[in-house]
Formats: sequence, C-alpha cells, structure tokens
Amino acid sequence: MPRMPRMTGGRTTAKDPVKTFKRVISIVFGEHKLKFAFIVFCIMVSAFSIVYSSAFLGEFIDDYVIPIIGVADPDWHPVMMALVRFALIVSVSVVFNYVLSRTMVTLSQNTLYDIRDKMFRKLESLPISYFDQNSHGMIMSRFSNDTDTLNQLISHSLVQLMQAIITLVMVFITMMLNSIPLTAVVIAFAVLTMAATRSISRRSQKQFGIQQATLGEVNGYIEEMMNGQRVIKVFCHENASIDEFCSINGTLRKSMTKANTLANIMGPVTMNLGNLQYVAVVIIGAIIVILSGGRAAGYTVGALAAFLQLSRSFSNNVNQISQQMNVVLLALAGAERIFELLDEKSEVDNGYVTLVNAAKDADGNLIESEKRTGMWAWRHPHQDGSPVTYTPLEGDIVMQNVDFGYVPDKIVLHDISLYAKPGQKIAFVGSTGAGKTTITNLLNRFYDIQDGKIRFDGININKIKKSDLRHSLGMILQDTNLFTGTIKENIKFGKLDATDDEVIAAAKLANAHDFIMMMPDGYDTMITNNGESLSQGQRQLLSIARAAIADPPVLVMDEATSSIDTHTEALVQSGMDKLMADRTVFVIAHRLSTVRNSDAIMVLDHGRIIERGTHEQLLALKGTYYRLYTGSLELE
Amino acid sequence: MVRILLKRVREYRKYAFITPLFMVGEVAMEVLIPTLMALIIDNGVAYNDMPYIIRVSILLVIAAMLSLAFGMLGAWSASKASSGFASNIREDEYRKIMSFSFADVDKFSTPSLITRMTTDVQNVQQSFQMLIRICVRSPIMFIFAIIMVYHNGGSLSLVFAIAIPVVIVAIAILFTKTHAAFTNAFRGYDTFNRVVQENLNGIRTVKAYVREESELSRFDEASEVIRRNFTIGQKIMAFMGPVMMSVTYIVMIVLSYIGARLINIGHMETGELMSIYTYTGQILSSLVMTGMVIVMLAVSRASMQRIAEVLSTEPSMDTNEKGLTSVPDGSVRFSHVSFGYGKDSSVLSDIDFTIKSGDMVGILGTTGSGKTTLVSLIARLYDASSGSVEVGGHDVREYNLTALREQVSVVLQKNTLFSGTVESNLRWGNPDATMDDMKWAMDVSAVSTFINPDKEGLSGRVEQGGTNFSGGQRQRLCIARALLKRPRILIMDDSTSAVDTATDASIRRALREDVKGLTKIIISQRLSSVMDADLIIMMDNGRIADSGTHEELLARNEAYRDLYETQTRGGEDNA
Repeated sequence: MPRMPRMTGGRTTAKDPVKTFKRVISIVFGEHKLKFAFIVFCIMVSAFSIVYSSAFLGEFIDDYVIPIIGVADPDWHPVMMALVRFALIVSVSVVFNYVLSRTMVTLSQNTLYDIRDKMFRKLESLPISYFDQNSHGMIMSRFSNDTDTLNQLISHSLVQLMQAIITLVMVFITMMLNSIPLTAVVIAFAVLTMAATRSISRRSQKQFGIQQATLGEVNGYIEEMMNGQRVIKVFCHENASIDEFCSINGTLRKSMTKANTLANIMGPVTMNLGNLQYVAVVIIGAIIVILSGGRAAGYTVGALAAFLQLSRSFSNNVNQISQQMNVVLLALAGAERIFELLDEKSEVDNGYVTLVNAAKDADGNLIESEKRTGMWAWRHPHQDGSPVTYTPLEGDIVMQNVDFGYVPDKIVLHDISLYAKPGQKIAFVGSTGAGKTTITNLLNRFYDIQDGKIRFDGININKIKKSDLRHSLGMILQDTNLFTGTIKENIKFGKLDATDDEVIAAAKLANAHDFIMMMPDGYDTMITNNGESLSQGQRQLLSIARAAIADPPVLVMDEATSSIDTHTEALVQSGMDKLMADRTVFVIAHRLSTVRNSDAIMVLDHGRIIERGTHEQLLALKGTYYRLYTGSLELE
Repeated sequence: MVRILLKRVREYRKYAFITPLFMVGEVAMEVLIPTLMALIIDNGVAYNDMPYIIRVSILLVIAAMLSLAFGMLGAWSASKASSGFASNIREDEYRKIMSFSFADVDKFSTPSLITRMTTDVQNVQQSFQMLIRICVRSPIMFIFAIIMVYHNGGSLSLVFAIAIPVVIVAIAILFTKTHAAFTNAFRGYDTFNRVVQENLNGIRTVKAYVREESELSRFDEASEVIRRNFTIGQKIMAFMGPVMMSVTYIVMIVLSYIGARLINIGHMETGELMSIYTYTGQILSSLVMTGMVIVMLAVSRASMQRIAEVLSTEPSMDTNEKGLTSVPDGSVRFSHVSFGYGKDSSVLSDIDFTIKSGDMVGILGTTGSGKTTLVSLIARLYDASSGSVEVGGHDVREYNLTALREQVSVVLQKNTLFSGTVESNLRWGNPDATMDDMKWAMDVSAVSTFINPDKEGLSGRVEQGGTNFSGGQRQRLCIARALLKRPRILIMDDSTSAVDTATDASIRRALREDVKGLTKIIISQRLSSVMDADLIIMMDNGRIADSGTHEELLARNEAYRDLYETQTRGGEDNA
C-alpha cells in the first residue's frame, strides 16, 4: 500500500532545514502546546523505561541471581519482588507508549488534513500566471509526494527521532555513571559508525540520483513509444524500438544494481560495527574487572553485562538517529516546497464594485433587491463619499490603449483599443502567438494589464470585484474541461443552484439534449477522465450548455481547433449561434467561417491590431485578412 | 501468475539463489555472536581468564567480519538479482507489447500499458528484493535463534511456544482489522489526486466560473476520507508497539524467573541467560519483519497480476511469417466485409467495393461512420470479422504482415512524431533512404516549404510529440514519412485537416502527378480534399451510403449536395 517514491525533479535537501523544521513544529504543535508537553513527557517515560529495563537486567543478575548460585533452598521472595517491580514500571511505559501513539495519530492526521486544505485553498487562489510558470506535474507532486514525506515525518520520524535522542542522552548519562573509560570506547565507535554511514550514504545518494535520472529516461521512452505504438506498427518499427529499449534498459539495470547495493550494505555495516564495539567493550571491561579483582570499584560481571546492554542500545540509537535524519532531511525538502506553495502570492482582489440583483422602483430608478430578479446591476460605492450608484449590467466593453506583457519588460500586446456595444460580436483573427487569447484573458483579469484601461459598462474593471466580474463574463475555452461527476453536475458548473429544468433548457439551447438522452443514464451519466467517453464535439456542446446556464451578458469564445465531423460541427455552430444571440461576444477564430457576420473583425499580428473592420471592408482591403481568407496564408 | 513472473529471472537465477545462502551465512554469524558473548562472560570474565577472553574475542571478531562479508555479498547479489529481474520483465513486456495487434492494445489501453511497464515493475522489483533478502533472512533468524535458545536454555525455550503464537495472532488480527481502512484511504488518494489534477487542467474554467469554493469542498471531501481512514487504521496499528512491548517484557520476566531458578540449581550460567535476552529480541523482531514482508508482497500482488496479464496475452493477430512478401499492385477489393471491435459491436457491415491500382479515392462520412475502421482493414491493422479484404489480388491474410504494412502506408489520424531529429523521424519510413529520396518525399508533402531538404534542415530537433511544429507542419512531416516507404498504397486518414487549403491542394497535385501508380485513399472532413478523386465513397453508419465521382454524386445524392453547398457557400473559406 505505501506509494512508491517517485522522482519529480525536486531537490533532495532543503535550503534552510532549520527554519523549515521550526515551521513544521509550529504547524504541528503551534495550537497544541499542552499536547506537545504531554508527548515529550510520554517519550521521556518510554525512554526511561528502555534504559531502566537494560539496567534492570544487570542489577537482577548481580543482586538477585549471583548471590543465590548454588544456595540450597534460597529465599525466592526478593527475586519475585524485583520482577514485580520491573513489571509495574514497564507496564506504565507500555500504557504511555500506547497513549503516545494514539495522540500522535490524531494530531498528525489532523495536521495533514489542515495542510492539504491550506494547499488547495492556496492553489485555487493563485493567479493564472502561476499555472503558466509551473508544470502540472510539479504542482501535483506537492500534493502527492511531498505531503507523503511530510506525513512520514510528522507521524513517525518526529517521535522516533525525539525518542532516540532522549534515550541516547539517558543511556549516555547512565553509561558515564557506570564507567567513563568504557563510555569513551563506545563514543569512539559511535563516531566511527557515523563516519562510515555518512560515506556510504553520500555515495548511495549519488547513485540514486543517477538511477532516478535513468529511470526517468526509461519511463519517458516507454511513455513515448506506448503513445506512438500505432505508428510503430504501421511502420513495422517494432524491432528497431526493441533494440533501442534494451540498450537504455540495460543502463538502468546497471545503475539500479549499484544504487541498491549501496543502500543494502548500510545495514550489515552498522550492525557489525556494533558487534565489534561489543568485543572492544568486553575486552576492555574484562581487563578492568580482572585488574580490579572482581567486585572492586563497581566493575562486576553484572555491571559489565548491563553496560554491554547499554552500549548496544547506545549504538542502536545512534543508527536510528542517523537513519531518521535522512528521512527528516528528505521530508524537510518536501515541506519546504509545500511552504513555498503556501507562501505564493494569491491573486489580489481590491475590487469594491459588486454585482447585485436589481429592480426598478416606481420612478424607474434602479434599486438593489434582495430577491433574484433576473436583472443585475453594478453597485458602485464611491471613495469620495458620494452616494452609491447603480449601473445596469449590460455588457458594454471598452479597451483603451492597453499594453500587456506576461513579464513586465516584455510587452506582447501593444496599444490595443477597441469597443463592443452590448449585443455586438467582435472576432479576433491572426496566427498562433498573435495575441488573440491573451486579449480575452485580460477581460476577466486572468492577467492584469500594464498600461491603459478596460471598462465594463463604463466601470474600470480593476474596481470590480473579481468574482463578480467573472460571473458576468462567460468563457468557452478552446479545450473543454469536464470534471468527474454527472453530466448534470458538469452543466451546473455554470450555475450551482440551477434547477433540473434550467439544466435541460440549457442543454437544449446548446443542442446537447439529444445526445445526452442517448447516454445510458441521461443527465445522470457519470463523466470520468475529462469526458473520455464523449467525442470532441459532444464535449464542446456540454461546454456551450455550461456557458448557457450561467447566462452572462458577455461571452468569450475560443473556438476549438480539433476537427470534428460536419454533422456535429453544424450542431456546435447552431448551438453557439443561439448562445451568442443578445450577448456581447468576443470570438477567437481559428476558422474564418465563423467570423463573417461579426460586427467587427480584428486582425492581430505580433500583439498589434493590424486590420479592423467588417468582413466586406477587410476583403476590399486586400491585406492579411484577404490572404487568410483565400487560403494563401496558413492560420495555425 | 507467480510462475509466469519468476520465469523472467533467467540469467539472474544464480544471484537469486545465492542471495538466500549469503543471508543464511549472515544470520548464522549473527546468531552465533550472542553465544560467543555469553561464553566470554561465563567462562572468561567470571573466572578472570584473560587468555580465554582474547581467544573467544578473536572468534567474535572473525564472526563479525564474516557476517559483514556475507551481508555485503548478500546486498550485492540481491540488488543484482532484483535489478536484473526487473530489467528482464520490462524487456519481455516491451517485446510482448510490440507484438500486440491494434486490438490487443485497445483491450489494455495505452495508459494502462504504461503503468504496467513502469510503476508495476518497480513494485515487483521491491517485493522481489524483499523476498530473497528479508523473507529468507527473518525465518532463518527465527529458527536459528530458537535453536540457540534451546541450546543455551533448554526448557526455557518452551516460553516461546506460548509467546510466538500470541504474537502471530496479534499481528494477524491487527493487519486484517486495518486492511479495510487502509484500502479505503488509498482509494481516497485516487479521488484526491483526481480532484487536484482536474483543477490543474481546468484552472481557467474554475476561475472563469468562480467555482473555487465548490471545488474546495470537493477536495476537502476527498481529503477527509484520507484523514478518517488513516486515523482509524493507524489507531488500530497503535496497538502494535504496546503489544510487542508487553510480550517482550512478559517473556523477559518469565525467562528471568525461570532462569534464576535454573542458575540456582546450576543448570544454567548467567551469561547464557544474558544471551537468551538477546535472542528474545531477535525472535520477536524477525516475526514482525516477516509479517511486514508478507503485507508488502500482498500489496504488490495487484502489480504482479497486471504484469502477468500482459506477459500471458498471446497476440491476437497471426503475422504469417511465411506469407507472400511482395504486393503485386495497388488494387484493393472489399467483398462483403463486416467488422466489429468486440463480440457485440458492429462497426462495418457488408462493405463491397473495388479500387483500381493507381486511383485516388476519397472517403467521406460523419464521426463513427466507420471510415477509419474501413481503411484500417487494408493495412491489416485489424482482421475483418467476415468477408475478405484483398490487396493486389490476394487476401491480406496471405501476406507476411510486415511486408504488407511496408507496402500499404497509413498516415494515421492520431499521428505521432518522436523526439529526435527531422531525419530520424523520416527514416522511420525507410532506414536506408538517400538524400534524394528524402528531398523527393519532402517536396511532395510540401515539407520543404518550411524545412530545407538539406543536412542542416534534416538535423533540426523534433520534440516529443513534435510539439515544436504546428499542427499542419506535423501532418505534412507524417505524410513525408509515409511516402518514404515507397508504398503501393497510401492511406491518409484526415491527414491534412490542419493544412491550409492551398497547400492541401498542392500536396494532392504532387501525389497525383509525381507518384504515378500509387493508390491514394484519402479520408477527409473537407469536401475540397476529395472532390477531384476518381471515386468518392460516402460512409454512413458502417455502410457505404453511396459511391461515385463528384459529378455523379452531385447529381444524384442529396446528402452530398448539402455537404457541397454548406462547405462551399459558407465554407470555401474553411481554411
């Protein structure tokens, strides 16, 4: 069940592990200071019991077993009492251990839930530019891999690390109290072990890096070839591609062998260094015991036995710490990436003009209404203290001298000016990269302009609350994104509180009703995987229905480029036509057939409007539009 | 299933077998060590016998060194065996998939095949390594430790006769109890990942419709499933530590008491009791380890199953190695051909037509009318369910499949360019093509209008999927690639949809004039692409609705006339 770690190109060490660690601690325990104290207490109790139980064994043998060796019919009472005392103390530690585990489970799972919630909330609030600049795979791995390692850190490593450190300190103190020279031997071995593990793990990390890179290459090759499999078969290219695959697969095998060997060696090395340490302690201890003549100076057989137990526990904990440190460092690198996401700047929204339901009072003035009236107005409070004004929502768009660049010093749109009166249809034509899509992304403030002004019903869109601005703009994007859920839910995406009748009406308007009724469960048919069971055209029809139900006064349509069959094409076209009626429409045209009856056509080139006018005017101009129209210039 | 997989160990069998032996060696030493330690204490320290201590210490050091050596050898052979095993599985899977017919690929679906070759193989590799290392190590450790307890403590070993079943039962109960919770949690992960993925892909849609809040609640729902089930599962697992601790402590207390009695009557030495404490740890931890490995294996079972499915699938199409190797001419004949992808599906029914060698044929029809399926049968990408498809006067099944596909070139609708150079992509068509061949193909397909047919142009980079070229350019490159085969028949499945009308026309002109004798079959949504064909076939719902020349169809077929009118009136501009 544990998900295999995947390499996602993230770094393996945190930039500032200390700072990140502090932040993780404050997230986990920040609001639970008492719990934290309690947990530390539990850990101390259980650490104590570990030290106690190893010490007990020595004491037991020295003080209770050796005195009765060969004694006929000894008094068993003290032996029993010692064992009962031991039993009582360890049972307390068992109970604490259980309570500790349970507390950590709730604490860590709740924390992780909160972190996931925060991450997604942040994700939804980020500006579109964030998604342009960061690959989906990378963002996805914040949610999967990085939260996984963070989970590992919070639910296991943190406690184990604390436990190991506290135990180590206690064991160390006990060892020092028993014998300083032997403790020195143990410390020497601990240093040696750490040096050995460090050198192995450094090498193994390097090899794992190489392995992951090769694995990425092999997986990439597999993906490419599996997707192009039909072409391979059509070109009888099977054997050539098998040969190529075998060669990179062989490289992968070699690097995997190296990386895994190094990782596997770690265990035997540390364990046997532990064994050697044992030998050293025994010999030096024995020398001291013998030199001191048996019971003198606290060096007894039992004491030596106990010390040996302690030294084992010491080296085990050193190993535990160095192992956990690796996990912790890896997790901190992941945590740091999560925090980077959480610290990203959200989209700012300083808009104060809001969209409200409106009605006309007796004098024909617009007033705000509590109920849904079907009539909308912009509620515009004024900063200079003059009374709130209401402007009807109509869909009048004006762009004045707009400059825009995705990065400030690289302007991609230059001096764009245009207007669209309510109900007008404006088309954008131009080759890929001319800036058609960019212009429409400025209207709903996916991006903010560098210079100039955009007005919606006469109001600067920067003053309008983003959510209300977007509510009043419908978007039909080039690629239809459907979400897992029923068809009905997907249409309702445009208006969450829509009734079934509204859904059906919207589907009918979009010409989607007929094919939906042909589906096994009609409107309740489940859609999965971005509508893989639907054809391209059907998905477009759904996206039209989704825009229809939202019923916005302004519509932006980015035509799909993929070829759909003529019948569905006609359905899509007529659906679009119905949707466009009585709305201000911006069309990004990829085929010229749709732009002809536009009120104005803007021909874009390299971010500038180079021609504008109606179809007839532009044809008469015999410029770029004319050449596109006659097919002598390729559009895409 | 396991056998199918284990067969892939092949040349790494010796490493797979030797690993457990190394493990046995390592464990033997590891188990011997506490006894040697006991000897030092009982016979050496207790009697102040320094030479004895030194002697046994040397043995101990040797044992530790051997244990280290065995451990490292085991580490090496285990990784050699598991990496080799994984590599063999990948290779076999790859070979098998390459031998699959289109129908087999459809059955598995491409994403699923990718998972079966990547994640699944990694899972199996991990499990295999666990299997040959830990799965042997832990039980052997367990047995050796028991033997040593018996050796050092005699009847004391009976304590374990009670303790071991208790531990096994406890582990079993905990694992079964948590199974459901963890399964649900991981299912929750699927939903969770899906919601994130959908939001990443559809972020513009989400923002355009201001649906951030409702998406958040969908996300939180999935996140909550994970939280709840992990909490349930881990709370049960929280018993594990205390249970193991209790058993260990109880065993130690009982051992101490009985041990004290035995020592008292001289049946046991103190050092032996100490060593038994160590063995107690070894016995119980090896039990837990074994339990964990079994769980891991159970988890990777699903992966094994999926890989075994691929490996045991026999390609559904006979490649007819001994068949005809040469296609005499480019004629095509369908007689009463019907076809369906599954048992109950019927995509083509009773298709009957003849194409003369060298003709240009257009195929029109709506999506799902069977155009693509129809042409797929010519290159024998699928076998007809009934009736026969003939190429060059012979049934396609009589040809050697490779030979047939070499001579029937298909430009697929969903076409792919591969990462590499322009040249490496073109050479798919013909590895031995000369510069002249390439120039010719690039000219005909109008590739030379955007790539110079010289060394420099050919060495231009192609990104995965050809994303550094526009749709129209990609399509033209794919046509050039297909032409380089110098086929008898060229099938273009909607292959110029993104090419502008002028270039489209020039390609067709070049095909007609420069490639004499080549049979051209063109599927298109665009009437203008097929208007001048020798024969136009109109498909509807898996049947041929009508066929004839442009003039004939225009005169007698209303659907054709409609199409013609919509596409020319509103749509000669359909660029």
